[in-house]
Amino acid sequence: MTLGSPDRDATEVLLGFARVLRHAGVDASPERVQTMLEAVGELRVTSASDVYWAGRVTLCAEPDDLPTYDEAFATYFGADLAPGDSAIRQAAPRRETHLFGVDGDLADGDESEVDETTTASSVEVLRHRDVAHLSPAERAELRRLVALLQPFAPDRVSRRNRPSHRGRVDVPRTVRRLLRSGGEVGTLGRHTHRRKPRRLVLLVDVSGSMRPYSDALLRFAHVAVRLRPATTEVFTVGTRLTRITRELRQRDPDEALAAGSRAIPDWSGGTRLGEAFKAFLDRWGQRGTARQAVVAVFSDGWERGDADLLGEQMHRLSRLARRVVWVNPHKGKEGFAPLTAGMVAALPYVDELVAGHSLAALEQVVAALGRR
Amino acid sequence: MGSVDSRSLALVGRLDSVPRLGRTGSHVTAWCDSGRVTETPTALTDALASTGYLADEGLATAAWLAMRLRRPLFLEGDAGVGKTSLAAALAEVTGSWLVRLQCYEGLDSTQALYDWDFPRQLLHVRAIEAAATVGGERVDAGELEESLYDRRFLVARPLLQALEHDPSVLLVDEIDRADDEFEAFLLEVLSESAITVPELGRITAARPPLVVLTSNRTREVHDALKRRCLYHWVEHPSYEREVAILRARLPEVTARLAEDVARVTRRLRELDLLKPPGVAEAIDWAGALHALGARELHPDLAAASLGAVLKYREDGDRVREHTLAALLAED
Repeated sequence: MTLGSPDRDATEVLLGFARVLRHAGVDASPERVQTMLEAVGELRVTSASDVYWAGRVTLCAEPDDLPTYDEAFATYFGADLAPGDSAIRQAAPRRETHLFGVDGDLADGDESEVDETTTASSVEVLRHRDVAHLSPAERAELRRLVALLQPFAPDRVSRRNRPSHRGRVDVPRTVRRLLRSGGEVGTLGRHTHRRKPRRLVLLVDVSGSMRPYSDALLRFAHVAVRLRPATTEVFTVGTRLTRITRELRQRDPDEALAAGSRAIPDWSGGTRLGEAFKAFLDRWGQRGTARQAVVAVFSDGWERGDADLLGEQMHRLSRLARRVVWVNPHKGKEGFAPLTAGMVAALPYVDELVAGHSLAALEQVVAALGRR
Repeated sequence: MGSVDSRSLALVGRLDSVPRLGRTGSHVTAWCDSGRVTETPTALTDALASTGYLADEGLATAAWLAMRLRRPLFLEGDAGVGKTSLAAALAEVTGSWLVRLQCYEGLDSTQALYDWDFPRQLLHVRAIEAAATVGGERVDAGELEESLYDRRFLVARPLLQALEHDPSVLLVDEIDRADDEFEAFLLEVLSESAITVPELGRITAARPPLVVLTSNRTREVHDALKRRCLYHWVEHPSYEREVAILRARLPEVTARLAEDVARVTRRLRELDLLKPPGVAEAIDWAGALHALGARELHPDLAAASLGAVLKYREDGDRVREHTLAALLAED
């Protein structure tokens, strides 16, 4: 047999398609595209569905890619594009970072007003100020301070072992020593369980009522992801559930937040916490993401939907997770009582309720996440 | 865990001539030369069907490409849609040895690859010493050590078994439950199709095994691993296909019962349950009903056997709220 490689024109058409996919947000790397060309060649294409499947199994990597792929496929091949036609560019509108939180942001050139030599006392004042009422200069300072927080979950015992002086006898290692010494029993090798970071899951409410806090909370989430990229997951909840872990893995906070904001379709909409939590538990939590994890919910508990559903889902979450911490920005205010319908439904299943309205409060959140 | 015959062992000291994954040259031979099975995706579909595995076009194409391009096949999908049983069916149609590696946290190379049989090695040392004492001959320490690390003292774990058998299908089940360390290690073994045992040398597969990985998405599998694989999301089957699967798997069940079970299972999947029933549950349920002597699905029988198809108390409650009668109604 010959290694069928599609002829030149066909190759150009396929490369064009891969470009369209890349613009639509599917990670069609050159390596994957190469595999697609091989696959199409192998199939000696007889129908459109051959091309469809050859492309799908080689270019997609997760279920979220599939709807995008289908749409791109229909657009590209259905619209009868001539070979070599330029790809459909779907450049996402680049949002500015100051989309979060309060309008009129760093963008208005207030940078110069920030006194670089911030004194300790002014930091102390800022620490307790409500994030919602800061001037642009203070917000810029707050961002610098948030970046210094270290939110992570406590370690857990891993199933893997490491050599140690105490603990159970490590039979293989002991016997290897025996073999080396010709069967004379010397010292026993021992090992004990390693420790690994416990998974941390952050569910951030990005609905309208949480708007003043979104920027600070997402930055907090970014710091958490950067600290433990492999064991931290971040989802936004509003009218729907969006996973933004990947976007937040970038080093630069502004870039990461811009990418995250592009991924979130339901900014400042209503709140359907119950449904979003259910989506989280069905698609992620129950399969393992929430199992034995520390889960933090950042929300004011304004539930427009069915509070009973929220209670039911929180109950489910509490059975899966190791600890559930609820961060409510209003808790730090005078006369706060957790009496919104959503809060009341959720509270029985929350291990700890903390505020998250200021830097000092966020420090408390860090402490709450780290408690065993 | 018996020892494996070492007929297909190819000990190679040099690092050349190792077929690298995904580097297909023009002299490529398909993973399985057993002829007609790999000729076209349709031929593979038919072959799988003859073993009772009814794959749809997408899955058959993905599996066929995995064989032709020698890429691992990475399968995701709801529990019970037939990810694991595909590997078994592929092994059957290609006449391969099926090796299953169930992943769990802390899985390491001694459980996945190979391990030395220490007790036997010790016995071996003692036996030679004893023989020397009786015979009065001098034991050469170097020779003794050499003889300790012989292939017969090496216990092959699943990955090594898959490399030593030709042809073989390697099923790495629930890769997401293993940890990062194991993933990196697996990547190495898969891309080389060979392993190096320090005391013994390099063991290379005569022909790389066909690798099927499954994942339940409890965590993100590393991109480096996914990049080497063909990815397929396995869907629940259509109603007609599910009836056909039930008939193929349980020939003794009446056509009427198979249709009833397939119809009700589909409706259960739309009910927003904690654990929607997969094909595996539908097969269990039909089998349970048949054992109860059912020729079609009655509400009282369904209620009695609901545990075969719903695995959560909340799901059972929800279905009873819906009243089974409504679920059982004809279309």
